[in-house]
Amino acid sequence: MKFGVVVFPGTWSDKDCLHVLGPVLGQEAVPIWHQDTDLQGCDCIVLPGGFSYGDYLRAGAIARFAPVMGAIKGFADRGGLVLGICNGFQILLEAGMLPGALLRNQSLEFRCVWTHLRVENTDTPFTRLCRPGQVLRIPISHGEGNYFGDDETLDRLEATNSVLVRYCDAQGNPTPDANPNGSRRNIAGVINEGRNVAAMMPHPERCAEAILGGEDGRLIFGSMIASLAERQPAASH
Amino acid sequence: MSETVTSEIVGQLQRWQARVEVTLKPVVLDPQGDAVLHGLHQLGFDAVSRVRVGKYLELTLAAASQNDAETLVRQMCDRLLANPVIESYTFSVEPGNPPTA
Repeated sequence: MKFGVVVFPGTWSDKDCLHVLGPVLGQEAVPIWHQDTDLQGCDCIVLPGGFSYGDYLRAGAIARFAPVMGAIKGFADRGGLVLGICNGFQILLEAGMLPGALLRNQSLEFRCVWTHLRVENTDTPFTRLCRPGQVLRIPISHGEGNYFGDDETLDRLEATNSVLVRYCDAQGNPTPDANPNGSRRNIAGVINEGRNVAAMMPHPERCAEAILGGEDGRLIFGSMIASLAERQPAASH
Repeated sequence: MSETVTSEIVGQLQRWQARVEVTLKPVVLDPQGDAVLHGLHQLGFDAVSRVRVGKYLELTLAAASQNDAETLVRQMCDRLLANPVIESYTFSVEPGNPPTA
């Protein structure tokens, strides 16, 4: 499968994503510059973490107007798989491709720590290798990851099974203490109702090799690879 | 996309100064405001009971009329300067200084 990893000025996790998708998982992985509008025939697009455009105005607010975003919107509208990680999550929210917003962490601190995540929906291209309710261990690294939506938005997310992962303790309980940033209802990641655009604040690309202290990130990328392999015969590009 | 007031030069364009205030909606928690409130209390300003931190932007723009300028600023707020999910905005537009040569 061919993965495109989008690079904005200020992106910092692009190399990590390319490393995991390429050498670690054996996929073709190419960088895509923010000014490009050609997605190079990629089967999946990853918007990685960082500080695109210095987070000026609001995180992701400027990046969403980059030329590449029009192409990604079209790709997603045609059913293409898009995963946003951290700053990529912020960009997808600003672009209106996922509901809600990300606020400053409640602690006002930049948090760079391991978190536990409970998988809320395994019937998605991003989590299909996980067991229902499985607890993953994936690190976060952000200052603005405090997920916010009004009650109506959150109720709709829950009613449509669109919460992907929730911060929890090691046993899988979504407690206030396990919530590292104040996210409403401990939401750490969401997916759209079309089930092809997903995003999460934690960084699966930082825990896909045992030497880095964990490999749970492989479940996310592995799920995407498995889903794409299934789709491939039907794909028409 | 919403209707856009074109900024092409038709007749005499004037210079305008816009002042935009962007604030978090009341339902959105503001940990930054809470931290400032805490700091004020530590300094002895017990009279303060609530702080909300927002953004203030000054824009200089050209438009044929105050009405056009206000329409443009509203579009800028809706599309970029504020995030309608978490923020609301207010603005004012006044005649600006003539351009300095």
